[in-house]
Amino acid sequence: MIKTDIIIIGAGPVGLFTVFEAGLIKLKCHLIDALPIPGGQCAEIYPKKPIYDIPGYPSILAGDLVDNLMEQIKPFKPGFTLGETAANIEKTEDNQFIVTTKQGTKHQAPVVAIAGGLGVFIPRKPPIFNLKDFEEKGVNYIVKDPEVFKNKKLVISGGGDSALDWALFFANEYASEVTLVHRSQSFRAHLDSVQKAMTMAENGKINLLLDSEVIELNGNGSLDSVVIRNKSKEKATIHTDFWLPLFGLSPKLGPIANWGLEIKKNAIVVDNATDYSTNIEGIYAIGDVNTYPGKLKLILCGFHEATIMVQSAFKKIHPNKNNVLKYTTVSGVTGFE
Amino acid sequence: MEKNTVFITVIDRENKHHKLEAPTDMNMNIMELCRSYELPVEGTCGGMAMCASCQVYIETSHVPIERSDNEQAMLDEAWNVQDNSRLGCQIQISKDLNGLIVKLAPDASFNEDDW
Repeated sequence: MIKTDIIIIGAGPVGLFTVFEAGLIKLKCHLIDALPIPGGQCAEIYPKKPIYDIPGYPSILAGDLVDNLMEQIKPFKPGFTLGETAANIEKTEDNQFIVTTKQGTKHQAPVVAIAGGLGVFIPRKPPIFNLKDFEEKGVNYIVKDPEVFKNKKLVISGGGDSALDWALFFANEYASEVTLVHRSQSFRAHLDSVQKAMTMAENGKINLLLDSEVIELNGNGSLDSVVIRNKSKEKATIHTDFWLPLFGLSPKLGPIANWGLEIKKNAIVVDNATDYSTNIEGIYAIGDVNTYPGKLKLILCGFHEATIMVQSAFKKIHPNKNNVLKYTTVSGVTGFE
Repeated sequence: MEKNTVFITVIDRENKHHKLEAPTDMNMNIMELCRSYELPVEGTCGGMAMCASCQVYIETSHVPIERSDNEQAMLDEAWNVQDNSRLGCQIQISKDLNGLIVKLAPDASFNEDDW
C-alpha cells in the first residue's frame, strides 16, 4: 500500500503543480496516471505546440512546460504510479481513501485530488464488427511487452508515430514478418521514421500496403488472418498472429464516472466559491475535469484551483494546526528529505 | 442580420437542422461555433487538427474540399470519412460562408466505452 497525504489522479500540468503547492505546506503527494509518462495532454497530444497564455511565458512548448513543472516539483519528491488507470475508490472507517488501479496498485490518503483533465486516454478503435472477439486474442492496441511479439507475424495499422515507430522496431528486432497498412500515401509521423520505413519496404523488411485498410478479422478463438482492402476495392487476406491497430488515443472520463461524484456534461461539479471540493467530502476536482459556473478549461485556471484546493486539504488533514500563507521569495522552497 | 454575422446550418446526428448565427469577427471556426451552441461536438484537441472529433460533411459548395496537409493526415486516420469531409476546426467563419450547410459526422467513439 502506498501511503501519502494527497493522492492526485492525473499527472498533467495541473496535477504536477499541485505537488508544488502542497509541498510548500508540507503535504506529500502521489500521482496516478493512465499514461506511461507525466504531462497529460501536453505530453500526449501536443508536446511540440506552443502555449501562449502561461503567465510570464510569452510562448512555451507544451513539452517544455511539463519538463519545467517536473523540475519545479522535484524537491517535494512526489511518487508516481504511471501507466495505470485509477479504477476504484473506497473510504475506510477512519476517513482514509483507498484508490486502487485497474492493475491492482493500492494507494491510501486522507485527501484525493482529481486532476484528470479530459479523462483516461484510451486507444481509438476501428469500426470492425467483430473487433471485440479478438481483443487480447491477437488484437492489441498498446504494445506493453515487445517480447510477446518475438518471431511472430504482425500487421500494424496507422500512419502516426506509434504505428511507424513500432513497425520499424519490430521489423528490425523481433518479428518474423511485419506488414504496415495505412489508409493513404502520406504519413503523420516524423519524416525521419517515414523515410526509414520506405527504405525498409524497399529492402523487403517491411511489407508496406498504402491506400489500404484492414476491414475484416478472421480466426477461430484467436486471430488467424486479416482482410485488407485497397482503394480500388481489391481485397487480400494476410495470415498473421497479431494485428496492432495504432490509431492514437482518445480521452474518456473513465472509471471516475462511477465513483458517485456529481457529474455534469462529462465533468465533475465542484464548489468554486470555496475550495473546488466535490459532493464527496475529501475528494476535490481541479483543472479541465471539473465544472462550475464560468469555468474556463485553461492550464492557468487549473494552477489557481490547485493552489486554493491544497489549503483546504491542509485543514482537512491537520484540523488543529494553524497555517499561514508564506511567500516563496521570503521563505524559499524547502523540499522533503 | 447583425453586422459581422452570417448564418450557418448544422445538421446534427439526429438529422435536426440548427440555423446558427455565426460571428465573423471573433476568429471562430465551425467546431467552436458548434460548441458555442452546445451541439455535440467534442473538439478534444482544441482545434489543432489532431483528433477528428469535429469532422463534418460539407453539404453546400461554399467551402472547397481543400484540406491542409495536417488535416488530410488526420482524416486519413479517422472513420466515416467521405469525399466532402472536413475538420470543423479548420474552417474559419467568414462572410463567404453565409448559407453554408454542414452535417456532423457520426460519433466515432461509439466502441470506445470500455476501459
